[in-house]
Amino acid sequence: MTSRSSSDKPIGVIGAGNFGSVIANIIARNRKVLLYARDEKVMKRILDKRENRGHKMSKQIIPTNDLEYLASQCDVIFPIVPSQHFRSMMKKLSPFLHPYHILIHGTKGLDITLPKGQTIESVTMLNRNQVKTMSEVIREESVVVRVGCLAGPNLAKELALRQPGATVVASHFNEVIQTGKKLLRNDRFQVYENHDLVGVELAGVIKNIIAIASGALSGMGYGENAKGLLISRGAVEMVHLGKALGGSTSAFLGVAGIGDLVTTCNSPMSRNFTVGYRLAKGETLSEILNDMEEVAEGINTIRIVKKCADYYKVRAMITETLYKVLFQNLTVQEAVQYLMRYPLNVDINFL
Amino acid sequence: MEILEEKKNKNRAYKPILDGIPDWPVYQLSKNRKEFLDEVTRKSVERIRKVRPSRKQLIDELEATVYREQNRMKRNRWRVDPKDEPKFWSEIKNELVLLSSKTLEEGGKKEEELLERIVSRYANEIAGKFIPNKYRLTREILKFFFARLLNGARVKKFGAFFRSRYTLRDKIQIVGKVKMLRSLAKQGTVVMVPTHYSNLDSILVGWIIHSLGLPAFIYGAGLNLFNIKIFAYFMNSLGAYKVDRRKKNVPYLETLKMYSNVALQKGAHSLFFPGGTRSRSGMLEKQLKLGLLSTSVEAQRNLYLDNPEGEVRKIFIVPVTLNYHFVLEAPDLIEDYLQVKGQDRYFPEEDNYGSFQLIKFMFKFFTKGSNISVSIGRGLDVMGNHVDDNGNSLDASGRIIDTRDYFMTNGKVIEDEQREHEYTRMLSQKIVKEYHRINRIFASHLVAFIAFEIWQKKHPKLDLFGFLRLPEEDLEIDYTEFKEIFKRLRKEIYRLGGEDQVHFATHLKGDIDLVITRGIDNVGIFHLKRPLLKNKKNNIITQDLTVLYYYHNRLAGYDLEKLI
Repeated sequence: MTSRSSSDKPIGVIGAGNFGSVIANIIARNRKVLLYARDEKVMKRILDKRENRGHKMSKQIIPTNDLEYLASQCDVIFPIVPSQHFRSMMKKLSPFLHPYHILIHGTKGLDITLPKGQTIESVTMLNRNQVKTMSEVIREESVVVRVGCLAGPNLAKELALRQPGATVVASHFNEVIQTGKKLLRNDRFQVYENHDLVGVELAGVIKNIIAIASGALSGMGYGENAKGLLISRGAVEMVHLGKALGGSTSAFLGVAGIGDLVTTCNSPMSRNFTVGYRLAKGETLSEILNDMEEVAEGINTIRIVKKCADYYKVRAMITETLYKVLFQNLTVQEAVQYLMRYPLNVDINFL
Repeated sequence: MEILEEKKNKNRAYKPILDGIPDWPVYQLSKNRKEFLDEVTRKSVERIRKVRPSRKQLIDELEATVYREQNRMKRNRWRVDPKDEPKFWSEIKNELVLLSSKTLEEGGKKEEELLERIVSRYANEIAGKFIPNKYRLTREILKFFFARLLNGARVKKFGAFFRSRYTLRDKIQIVGKVKMLRSLAKQGTVVMVPTHYSNLDSILVGWIIHSLGLPAFIYGAGLNLFNIKIFAYFMNSLGAYKVDRRKKNVPYLETLKMYSNVALQKGAHSLFFPGGTRSRSGMLEKQLKLGLLSTSVEAQRNLYLDNPEGEVRKIFIVPVTLNYHFVLEAPDLIEDYLQVKGQDRYFPEEDNYGSFQLIKFMFKFFTKGSNISVSIGRGLDVMGNHVDDNGNSLDASGRIIDTRDYFMTNGKVIEDEQREHEYTRMLSQKIVKEYHRINRIFASHLVAFIAFEIWQKKHPKLDLFGFLRLPEEDLEIDYTEFKEIFKRLRKEIYRLGGEDQVHFATHLKGDIDLVITRGIDNVGIFHLKRPLLKNKKNNIITQDLTVLYYYHNRLAGYDLEKLI
């Protein structure tokens, strides 16, 4: 594949986790990549063995642990770090960023800023003043305005195997979308455009809640009927929550919404699914969290979204029930019973 | 009725930042008027060609323009409209008819020529005529007129009429970043963006610019104001250009934007009311018109594009809020607003103001002490970043950033329309945020807000329109209850003030009974039906709920209603 860009500058990827490694490999097919890894050992391993988290790393990828160097070399940067560390990473990166930088993140999570002395458990209400999407964190913490995000059914393992897949690049700026497209697209990876940045981000975030529920149903041994029910009702819930938090309906019906939802709900590989599955098998949350290698974003998302739903007075049955399962000792069995008895009857009420 | 004064006014006179009028950018523009307009015409034509690239598209556009113009002339002709207008447009129409029957070879470049004729006509219509002698004269007339009015009315002694004890400066408080504004006007091009409540604003802002020692700004004034001859005279001499809101066709809009764009590039300080028209609801502007605002972003980009290396004259956006106790047009404005918003749920009452009312108001305004305050906000660059006194753009942590970088792709400044559209939107959001921050709360705003909210809370089942139809006689608030809430909200405003989220007038401080009295006495002070009064039992009543709603709206958007 030939590079169509006149610029020879490398592309930055921040975060050498599972998804970060895959994205770095995809971009490396078109361009040189600087991959930032916080951990020096990871950097060494990529350099010496060309391997990371089970992925074979392209020769075009140069690992680094110097953010300043990365920012000075790259005009386009893909930050892909867990949402809990996103803001602190941005704070470190920010001094080296300029308004000409383009940042396209691939993190599906929310950032919260709590009042002093409060924790996410103790805080009574959350609204959009405290809850931010990653693009908003980028805007708050740096001078970069050309911001975009990646979202869609991107299971890292399938992408690594070069199976067909797709992503959405969302941004207010055509320039950002086209840049993302040029860098990511190949014959096995389709890239769609969307201008509703926040909507696409929220779709990627909220779907994680439904993914946990799907895992739970699967863990209970339920079949396809139950899953069909969950996915369709889950999609409705996503639209309502997403609208309350500032997205548009359409973002949730696309690749980043329904597309990602169906994928994650059917994928025993996904971390969120696994959490639900193990909950249904009777494990407690702390047991599950103890032996997970990477964070399941969905758990935090449920905490945050539940409190936002209360604040904005959105009825979110699945989220609320899962919240009870995770944090208030409701069993999955009871939760299913509760949901099935609830007298909900309108099918679609957002169009 | 006793009116309580603001704290002693410390405003002083400012020395002009440029010595003579010949140095003023606006004067340079008018001196080279012909070249300037030719440039505007040429660039507008280029631009329109870009939006309508094919011959067919262009001809369609021209046909639409002619159709609209002829429609306007038939339906809505004004006194200022030039006499030869019908002839001009019917000629264009005839040539268009001929042209559309011809093929490309026969027609040649005729459509482009027609476009140029139209654009050039528009450019000449829009352009202001700044004539230094007229400017000086106007300034002196206004100063004399205001001073006489003030002194004649305030000092009740014979002969006071010819003394100059009071000046306009006692009447109008200018607060905020005056020093910065003056400094920015020396180093770059200033675009002042004030809030818009009243037709008086244009004159008020003109006076402020002069009294701060700044050279005249060019500004777009609604063509409707030019219908009134005396206004037209003043506006013309103050550097105004004409904005005709009836004309919505592409060639006109592009010419108008290009006029502003080129003038900015030539360093002419400008003024827009970015809300477009006066705020109908009485709220601070929430949605700004992006058209003229976008010219500041484009002009800045062009300056960078034309000077790839080295220093470039920067464009600074300076938000300004105008704060009144009283807006003459309030009853009409709010009626407009409710009619649009409520469709058939709202029944307006007929009551109109004529020019007699205007004179009466002017007299009242100058004789009685309804003060006006003007807050000058911090300067912004075209991206909405704050700048320091030297015009450097700063990020949130105070680091200097290069505005040029926003226009760079792959190391080069390029033109990207979609990107700049987005930048303009971001800038407008920033301006709205600044408005809320520099908005100066008066006691009168707060009493109006509280009274209205208390009454509305007492009728939770009624929607706004049902509520506004309640008979005023039935509404009364116990004074002690009112005072309690006033105390609470004032505290909240102090808190917001401490966090720099809003500003408040000094008269808001002090003895609470006094402040409430001051507020009630001043809110909508010259309306025939007063929005707030105290009755004999010292309780609070209203004579006009709708107008009260208007004044109440000034404090919408601060979440204060949660405390009532």
